[in-house]
Amino acid sequence: MLIAVIVALAVGTYAFRVAGVLLRDRLDLPAWARQLLPVGAATLLAALAATAALTEVGWFAGWARPAGVLVGVLLAWRRAPFAIVVVAAAGTAALLRLLGVP
Amino acid sequence: MRTPERTPGVLRDVAAIGAAMAAVGASFGAMAVAAGLPGWAAVAMSMLVYAGGAQFMAIGLMSAGNPVAAVLAGLLINARHLPFGLALGDAIGHRLRHRLLGSHLMTDEATAFTLARPAGAVRRRAFWLAGVLLFLAWNGGTLLGVLVGGVAGDPAAFGVDAAFPAGLIALLLPSLRDRDTRRAALGGAVVAVLTTPLLPAGLPVLLALVGPGLLAVRRLTRRHPAPADDVDGPVAGAPAEGTRAVPAGAVPAGAGPGRAVPAGGEEERC
Repeated sequence: MLIAVIVALAVGTYAFRVAGVLLRDRLDLPAWARQLLPVGAATLLAALAATAALTEVGWFAGWARPAGVLVGVLLAWRRAPFAIVVVAAAGTAALLRLLGVP
Repeated sequence: MRTPERTPGVLRDVAAIGAAMAAVGASFGAMAVAAGLPGWAAVAMSMLVYAGGAQFMAIGLMSAGNPVAAVLAGLLINARHLPFGLALGDAIGHRLRHRLLGSHLMTDEATAFTLARPAGAVRRRAFWLAGVLLFLAWNGGTLLGVLVGGVAGDPAAFGVDAAFPAGLIALLLPSLRDRDTRRAALGGAVVAVLTTPLLPAGLPVLLALVGPGLLAVRRLTRRHPAPADDVDGPVAGAPAEGTRAVPAGAVPAGAGPGRAVPAGGEEERC
């Protein structure tokens, strides 16, 4: 059963991944539709980032994580190097948790 | 000013997220073993499924004795990879074997890194660099977690959970200068967050695509009455175009042959 679950998940996930990549060539999309593809990807990533920043298994994730994300985003806004953004976000959340913030 | 064109810069950026991925991978390995999974199963899952959210979900549902739900919930979470593949397209390569192999390396982070680079060879290099390094980080982390168990500690204590959203948003920021992308992304983020308590995991994020969907419908309907190019001008905010000294960005549908370049929406990054 365990092997069946892993194989089913692996095959299904790969099918999603490869389907988009291969479909891109087969679909003869007009220019306006092609322009929307990166918009769609950016929207999905923004939705992922927002839910990952604010929620944990369906509910509010606590204050430390969104605060860390906010610090990271502000640094990115100020054009800080990407590595600094990531480390500052993690460091802020870690520090707040150390201080007892959930 | 960042210099995304140079490989060392990309390498450093990917390494930052890779470190966080290795930490979460280790916690996945440790958690899987703690939940009663054999170590090889955790390693196989990270190698073959290679999707963190779905893997954690599957472990939880399997240890709750619900393997069918584990598969369905995992696949629902991973459905977003299909639109990612459509957007990445050529960035993975032209040869079939590159596409077949590269598809497996597709993750949220690799997609964000890739689409943040200008289209062409630079973007292709970014995809493969991020794809390979992040795959190694995730699987190396998993193996470590399986071997040393919970010794590595809870990654939340290091704030790793804040690193991913911050990194994704940092990579998205340049593309948000485009008005349509900004509206779609912000609207989608709000929809996803508000529906997260109500819907099964994975669905809220897919629901965010209503924004781009509405854009598509609008462009389609504006297109039909009068197919002339200038018709779309006012619709997509052409008056504001002068304020943004960027060649790409929010240029409306059919604004010229230059816009026919696939996936060129993020080219304004300089």
